[in-house]
This record gives sequence, structure tokens and C-alpha cells, in this order.
Amino acid sequence: MQTPALPVPESRPLVPPSLRGVAPVVVALPVLALFQWLLGGADFASYLLSVMGVNIILAVSLNVVNGMTGQFSIGHAGFMAVGAYISGVLSLQLKEVALSFLPVAASDQVLFMLSLLVGGAAAAACGFLVGLPSLRLRGDYLAIVTLGFGEIIRVVVQNTDSFGRALGLSGIPQASSPAMVYFWVFLVVLAARRLAGSSHGRSLWAIREDEVAAEAMGVDTTGYKVRAFVFSSFFAGIAGGLFAHFVPIINPGSFTFVRSMEIVVMVVLGGLGSTTGAIVAAIFLTLLPEGMRSLFSALGTEGSLAQRVDQIRMPIYGVLLVVLMLARPQGLFGSKELWDVLPRWLPRKRRGLA
Amino acid sequence: MAQLLQHLINGLASGTIYALVALGYTMVYGVLKLINFAHGDVMMVGVYMGYATAFALGREARASLLGVAVVFAVAMLGCALFGFLIERFAYRPLREKPRLTALITAIGISFALSYGFQLDIGFLPGASPRAFPEIITPTEWLIIGDRDVVVWNWQVISLLIAVGLMVGLQYLVFGTRFGRAMRAVSWDHRVAALMGIPTDRVIALTFMLSSALAAGAGLLYAIKDTSVSPLMGLYVGLKAFVAAVIGGIGHVPGAVVGALVLGLVEEFVVGYAASTWRDAVAFGFLILVLLVKPGGLFGRVAAEKV
Amino acid sequence: MRRLAPMLLAALAIMAAACEKKTQPAPSGEGGTQSPGQSSNTGATPPPAADTILLGQVGALSGGQATFGISQRNGIELAIKEANAAGGVNGKKLAIRVYDNQSKPEEAAQAVTRLITQDKVVLILGDVASSNSLAMADKAQAAGVPMITPSSTNVTVTQKGDYIFRVCFIDPFQGYVMAKFARDDLKLKQVAVLTDNKSAYSIDLANVFKQKFTEMGGKLVAEQSYSQGDTDYRAQLTAIKKAQPDGIYVPGYYSEVGVIARQAREVGLKVPLMGGDGWDSATLFELGGSAVEGNYFSNHYSPDNPDPRTQKFIADYKAEYKSVPDALAALGYDAARVAIEALKRSKDLTGPSVRDAIAQTKDFPGVAGTITLDDKRNAVKSAVILKVADGKTQYVTTINP
Repeated sequence: MQTPALPVPESRPLVPPSLRGVAPVVVALPVLALFQWLLGGADFASYLLSVMGVNIILAVSLNVVNGMTGQFSIGHAGFMAVGAYISGVLSLQLKEVALSFLPVAASDQVLFMLSLLVGGAAAAACGFLVGLPSLRLRGDYLAIVTLGFGEIIRVVVQNTDSFGRALGLSGIPQASSPAMVYFWVFLVVLAARRLAGSSHGRSLWAIREDEVAAEAMGVDTTGYKVRAFVFSSFFAGIAGGLFAHFVPIINPGSFTFVRSMEIVVMVVLGGLGSTTGAIVAAIFLTLLPEGMRSLFSALGTEGSLAQRVDQIRMPIYGVLLVVLMLARPQGLFGSKELWDVLPRWLPRKRRGLA
Repeated sequence: MAQLLQHLINGLASGTIYALVALGYTMVYGVLKLINFAHGDVMMVGVYMGYATAFALGREARASLLGVAVVFAVAMLGCALFGFLIERFAYRPLREKPRLTALITAIGISFALSYGFQLDIGFLPGASPRAFPEIITPTEWLIIGDRDVVVWNWQVISLLIAVGLMVGLQYLVFGTRFGRAMRAVSWDHRVAALMGIPTDRVIALTFMLSSALAAGAGLLYAIKDTSVSPLMGLYVGLKAFVAAVIGGIGHVPGAVVGALVLGLVEEFVVGYAASTWRDAVAFGFLILVLLVKPGGLFGRVAAEKV
Repeated sequence: MRRLAPMLLAALAIMAAACEKKTQPAPSGEGGTQSPGQSSNTGATPPPAADTILLGQVGALSGGQATFGISQRNGIELAIKEANAAGGVNGKKLAIRVYDNQSKPEEAAQAVTRLITQDKVVLILGDVASSNSLAMADKAQAAGVPMITPSSTNVTVTQKGDYIFRVCFIDPFQGYVMAKFARDDLKLKQVAVLTDNKSAYSIDLANVFKQKFTEMGGKLVAEQSYSQGDTDYRAQLTAIKKAQPDGIYVPGYYSEVGVIARQAREVGLKVPLMGGDGWDSATLFELGGSAVEGNYFSNHYSPDNPDPRTQKFIADYKAEYKSVPDALAALGYDAARVAIEALKRSKDLTGPSVRDAIAQTKDFPGVAGTITLDDKRNAVKSAVILKVADGKTQYVTTINP
């Protein structure tokens, strides 16, 4: 095992610690705006941006468990499903309801926020339930429990009439917008960054490095692990809720363990423990398939082979994953953050050690 | 009663096949501590190799004993080679890197194979399920009552092949020099290397062995259920992985017991409870086992060194 | 934390008190809530390049439903090739852009949005699974781009709005057809149902069948289910056998039904199996072998149909794709031809004109039955019952809506 760089307390940070979590979003926004401008059509750009945002939330939240705490959860899609279905059902129930003291549009947003939070809370409750076995289970055994839990959720949804069974829920109000998605991206990034630098976060890092040693140093390992799970599943639930409100149809097929794997891939590709890495990987892996689509469009005219093989994108995606991991086994940024690996000509914050 | 017996036979039939796939998971996990998520897809590739061979042999030749042997040999050797290539180029370069890294390449390979085989370009088979050619002509081996219980020849043959492979594996692991090397690598591959064990070769051979077993299991599966498709590896692979964990991943007899138990649990849930809940019960059972025995039925929780 | 909980409760209480029925129902189509990023360019399809008309298709070309999606794509592609060979539409060539949705609704929504806003297609075709089509229908309706689904049979799909059409019959009709046939013609008294729990189509057909069959005086003795992608159904079939049904309704897809038929014979079930249009494929025979003989299914058309158009389609398809077309290919072909006919009749290529032209489709001679679109934008078609015998399907009877 390599020793990953632990976050080192700086003497005089360039960016105030309270704003550090904001920085990536501030950096990302102009990029996204440029991207949106390049894409032209606003509908497609906002859809793609929403997908990207949801993936960022998922990756950053999973990174708290898999990256910072060193646990291994591969059931993130299950928590996402809980959030998506609970908030989706709630929104369907509240579809005809409005708050009298607000204009309709504002009331819809308030109700949407409410159902998001309920979905997130439900997912967090499930996260607590799954976190409990981590009292006893280690490593891969915990992984398989999270995977099993995710699959159980899918089966439950598939057999429940009020969740629409195989057809899924459709007709969910299209209440989500990129602004709302990125508000939550902002929150999760801020929370994850603040967590990483806090004493909570240092306990999590300690658990990741050596659970026994952490325990010996007085870290309540069980408590911290369960809390990490609750934190991560809450945001996964929120991501699911957002997802349900812009697609806006949800179906058990969208929350299989393959989906969980895709999120794990984002976290590992970004570098375990690196929040900005998770963000960059999520952005990259969301854009990759669409980029291939654009490439194919440019390559051939309608009816030619390049136009007939849209489905070749998934095998290419798989091969690229292998190549990327071989090229950068520690992930894009390792455990570091974006600013730690930026080229030297950019202003770097001063570091006390290392 | 007759129905119970029939369910028992069905459950054991699925269980033996899960067992062979689970053995592959467990062996690779044993030496590398890697959950080889591409294992199910390697199995799928093996099945298609067998499919192509059976077709090349033609209707007459493939139904003979020699034909069956050729189909199995081609698929298992081909798959062993394939497993070797995967290990050499996708896993070995990452040997000293964090474990999760190799997991991602495994996922990448799994995606590339399962989606790649759905393409209908060139030699790739396309998404449509295919009927696996009859290499063993199904005949009833035993009939009780008015077909209340039917045992088929291929069920017996599969069981024999599966048991044979398992016994062979058990001997290989516990009775040969190579097996001792494997167990040493599994214990600690750095120390094993210091003791003069060629770890790279042992790991490569383990991979080839597990891939060949997967191909054999896949062929038995294809003979049993007659349908092959590019996504079959995903479903079977997941179940076999669960079986390996129930038994205690890394533990050879444990994988077999876990697989048989899982096969029976699934069969009885469908037969006597609600078929819609089969997968949920399978995973619920897994979680239950792990809560009671955190290392699986036979696995040990490694003593922690402080 | 101590102050937070009461505050939250208070906020909830205020909101609960303030809840009321929305005074104005949400305007149909555009949806009640308008997200800021969503531009409402209803009907503002810009003029495409002068010499081609670009159509779009989203289909399951990979993932669990890929085999159906590819058949459908082939059917559509064939129709477009033929139309172009015959001179195109009013002097313009047709082109189609096909995107894969990996059998997932969110991918379908993303792909259809790309078709609408980036590729600016005139019309959208797709998909097989109703959940994917529902995701597409939301986007197509909001953007005012007409969409025809070849084979999504769930009732709710065309309820998404006035731009959404289909050329197949709907689930309740097909479930009813088989219930009627099983009761009146086969004189079955007690049946078992085996459903694909991952397919909304299968669940719907099974539910309607169960309801109608019991209403007509039959009895349901066993209910089992499987998941798309399974290959071992012996447990379900053994349990069904114990209930001793006269027949088994298996409204699944050929990819599973072929194996189910084989294993049903294996466990000693000799009663007929019945199914829906999901059975119609040469793969059924490949997978099921002789075990599928003597079973019945409802379909849109019979391949025996002497209609030269049907025979020509079957011949052309075989020549092009080296396989016998299944129902999904035939429906894809019909959907594309309905679209092409509508484009010919449409006065221009804007969304509303094309929509109106499609809506006027009447007595259209499709290869999978004559198509008339009703005011709910569903095809009104009669169903035929086919029997599997001698390695092919034989026409038994026609049941009208």
C-alpha cells in the first residue's frame, strides 16, 4: 500500500478554509457555461448538465465512504433508488397541491425541495441500516452486503405496485433544473471538503489508514463509519430525487448494480479520497459517451457504418477504463486535490510540510 | 413429496454450476485478493467458443463422446489463454497498486466483453440469444411415477463433470507442489516470492485455471438451459460471486457449499414461496449469513495484527 | 440542533396548513412546472437541410432489450431505404439518425433530447419497451416533435400528449384477445400465468388476461414469475405443474419463451402455452425447437397472409438482414412507413403539420395489419391468433376489437 498524502494543515492558506469547498464550483461554472454555449441547444445542454451534476453528487458522496473512510460500498445505486422513488412518489402525490402564500412556480420548487429532502432522509435511514453491519464486517464482505442491499431495493421496487413495478414511475413533475442540481452539487462538495478538513474527517482518514490503530487512538470507528454511510447515502438519495425530476421517469432498470459500478469507477478513476478528482472523473465519464456520439456524427453520414454503431460506445468505454487505470493506477489525482496537481505556473497554496 | 424431490434435483443442478463459477472467483480472490468482476463475462466468452466449436463440428460429430470432449477442450483451453492475456495485460501491471485499481480494470473488461458481444459486427454474435447446439442428446435417466420426478442424463453428466473438476481442484490445491505454491502466494505473495516461489507464474496459472473452470461451468450451463446470450455472464457471475461469499471467499470447499446452498434456496423460494422475491431472498440470505458469520460459512476473519 | 427540530416542524406545519388544491390544472403537454433551463419551443422545428429530411430513432441497441431494439431498427431502416429508392418524400431524400439507449429510460431521454435539439429531427421513432418510450414521449411532447412508437403497448405512452402515436395495439386489448380465445375456442377451465417480472408489457398482459379470464368463468390456479435474462424456469414450471392447469399464459418475449417451452415439456407439462406478440420471432423456433409446437399466441398479422405487401416485406427483409423478420421488425417497418406517408401528405415539415398528417392516418395498409389511428392516437387493429405447428406459425382466427 502506498501511503496517501494526508491533508496537511496549512499555516496561511491562500483560500480561506471556509471557501475551499467553493473553489472547484467557482472554477467549474465558467467551464460549464462555456460548454453550454458550445452545445447550442439549451434543452440538451441542461439535460446533460443535470446528468453530470447528479453524477458528481453521487461520486463525491461515495468518495466519503470509499475514498476517505476506506470502506468499500458498491450499492450506491440502491440509495439513489430510495431517494428517487420516495421523492418521486411524494411529488406525484403533491402534484395538484400548491402553497397558498406563494406563486405557483415558487411553491412547486418548495414542494420539490421538500420531497427531495424526504427522499434524502429515507436514503440516509437506509444508509444507517446498511452502516450498522459495518460493526462486524470488513472490506469485501461489507462490499457484498451493500451490493446485496442495493439489489434487494431493486427487487422491492420491482414488486411494489405503488412504485410502478417494471414500468416505473412516470409523470413526475419536471421540477428539476440545472440550477437546482448545481445547488446540491455545491452543497455536497462544500460538505465533503469541510468534512475532509475537520476533526471528523481526520478520524475518517485514520480509519482508512489503519482501523485498529485508529481505534487504539480513541477514534469511535463504528460511529464514524456509520456516520460516513449516512452522509453518503443522504446525498445519494438527493441525487436520485434530482434524477427523478428531470428525466422524469424512473424504472428499476436504472438502479442495477451496474449503475453502482459506474459510480465506483468515477471515484477510483478520480483518485480515492480526492473530491475534485471525483468531480473531474464524473464530468469526464458523463461527457465521454456523448463525445463519442459527436465524433460518430462527424465521421459519417446517415446510413454509414459510423452512424449504425451507436452501441459501440459501451465497449469502447470499457476498454478506455482499462487503459486509463493502467496509465494512472492511483487515479487522476491520487488522494490529492486539483490544486495540488496543477502545474507549477499556477499560484499554489503554501504547504507547511511535504 | 415428489415435487420436493424434483425441486431438490433442480436446485442441486443449478447449484453445481454456480459452484464451478464460484470456484473461479474464490481461487483468484485467494491469490490476489481481487474480486474479478469480469469472471462471469470470461465464462460467457468460453461458452461462445464452445458454441462456435460445436457448430464447426457439425450435427453428427458434436453429439459423440469425442465431440463433447473437443468442445470442452477448445472452450477451456481457449478460455485459459484468454484468462492469461487478461491477467498479463490488465491485472499484472497493477499488482503492487491499490487493490481497487485492478477492480476497475475488471469492471472495464466486463463492460467491454458483455457489451462488445452484443454488437453484430464481424465475428461478434449479436444481442439475440442463441440456442446452444445439443452436444448431449437429452434423455430421461430416471422417471418416478407419472413423470413426477424426472432426472435427465445431462443432469447426471453435469454433476459428474462438476464433481470431477472439484475433486481435481481440491487435489491440485492441497496435493501438489503447485497447490502449495498457490497457498503460499495466497498467504503472502511477497514472502512467497522471497521463498523462491515464482509468484507471477503461479498467479498466471491460477487465472488460467479459473478461466478454464468458468468455461467448463458455462458449457454445463449452456447444456442445461440451452440458451446463450452476451449478458448471461452478468447474471450467473453475480450469483456465483454471492455463493463464493456465502461460503467464505477464498475458501475452496466453502465456495461449493455456498453455491449448493444458494441454488437450493433459490429453487425453494420459487417453488414454495413467491417467485418474484427470489433475488431479494438470495441476497437477504447472504446478508443474514454474513451477520451471523462475518467471514462467510467457512471463512476466517483474519486475526488483526496490531 | 436543539433549535433546528422545532423550526423544521413549524415550517412543516405552516406548509401543511398552506396546502391547497391547485386552482388551475396544469396545462396539458407543457407540464405544470416550467424549469428555468427548459425552453418552450413548441413547433419551432427549424427547416432542415434543403435536400434531406432527417428523422430520429432511439432504440435499445445494447443491454437487456437489445435483441428487440435491433430488429426494430432493421425494420425502420428497410422502410427508409425503400422510400429513398422510390424517390424519397416530395423530392427529398430521407435520412435517419439512430441512438442507443442501453435499455434505460434516462439514456432514452438524453438521446431523444439530443435528436430534438442538436440534430433537429423532424420526427422520432422508437422504442420497444414502454418505459423508454415514456421517457422519450415526455421530451418529444414538450418540444412539439411528433413521435411514433412502433411497439410500446402500454396505455400511458400515447396519453403523454397529442404528438405521440403508436402503430400497435395496446396491452388491454391483447390480454383480452387471448383470454377470449382460451375460454371460447380452447375451452380452457383453469389456467396458470407465468409473467416476466422485469417487463411492464408482460405484467400488463398477464393482469388483463387474469381479470378477463376469470370474468368469463375461468379459474386461475397458479401464478409464477421470472426475470428477463433468466434461463432456468424449472422451479416455476414444477410449481405450476402441481396446480394442474389446462393451459399456461406466458406473455413474455421469444428470447425467454423458447426456453420456457422446452423446459415445460421437460418437467412434463403437456398443456398448451399461450402468449402475445412478443413471441413472434424465428428465434422462438431456434430456442424452443419442437417444444413450441402446439402453442398459441396473438399477433398483429400472420406470415401466411397472402397480401403481396407482407410477402414482399418478408422477402426483402430476409435478403437484407439474413433472418426472418419478427413482429418488432414488422412494426418498426410499419411505423416508419406511416411516418413517411404522413410526411408526404404534410404541407410542411413543422411539428404541428406533421402531427396533423399522422393523426389523419386511416386504413393504412401496413404489413402488420391495417392501421387506423383513433382519437387517442392508438392504432385500431384486429388481432390474429396463430398456432405454432410444423416449425412455422399457422393462422387460426381473427379477433376484432
